[in-house]
Amino acid sequence: MTKSDPNGPRRLALIASKGTLDWAYPPYILASTAAAMGWEVGIFHTFYGLTLLLKEMQATVTPLGNPAMPMKMPFGPTGFQAINWPIPTAMMAAPGFNALATGLMKKLFKDKGVASIPEMRAMCVEAGVNMIACQMTMSVFGFEKDDFIPECTVAGAATFLEYAADAEVQLFV
Amino acid sequence: MTTLKADKTLDCSGMLCPVPVIKTSKAIKEVQVGEVLQMIATDPGAPADMEAWSRQTGNELLDSHKEGDKFVFYFRRVK
Repeated sequence: MTKSDPNGPRRLALIASKGTLDWAYPPYILASTAAAMGWEVGIFHTFYGLTLLLKEMQATVTPLGNPAMPMKMPFGPTGFQAINWPIPTAMMAAPGFNALATGLMKKLFKDKGVASIPEMRAMCVEAGVNMIACQMTMSVFGFEKDDFIPECTVAGAATFLEYAADAEVQLFV
Repeated sequence: MTTLKADKTLDCSGMLCPVPVIKTSKAIKEVQVGEVLQMIATDPGAPADMEAWSRQTGNELLDSHKEGDKFVFYFRRVK
């Protein structure tokens, strides 16, 4: 989709390739902010990023294989909250740890006044962000368009590249 | 202290990026062209972000100052 008006609003073309709770934030923050500034925005959800479009989104996070992730508690006195807990890698593999880490990150973000990922996604949709699902990834992982939020459109690489070629800002996340 | 009169006030205290920008972009549409929106925020990134939002949208930033731990902005809706 090329720009019909060269003097129209700026365009942001994003690729969201990761479906975890932590990595869902950068594309949705940038997209919603750009839309709030009057820009036209499209997000191409590909590979694991495609799961962010599921009606029942289940984005989680784990420190396993994610060594820079701060492990801080969202409760207790300030000094306690400042501790970056050295969690042994073997413990991260324990059943339930993924759910624990996800719950802690959600609480931390909520307490700090950051919107949740479902809220961020809703803000993008409300602002008219073009939520694009990658056709190839859908075919590979066996997703149907009905699995996703109704506002999404389905497209392939060539369609997205044509869209991105007319964007002032293009980012891969 | 400013003597600017606001037609609407939006309090974004306790909210972090990008929520104040998004709420401001919605609230500015709820005042008439020429009217003034006051926005209050505690996000440390708000002063730079709200200036950028003003430049990008064309809505005029009339005043920006700090009151205690809060940042106070006045925007005039331009279009």
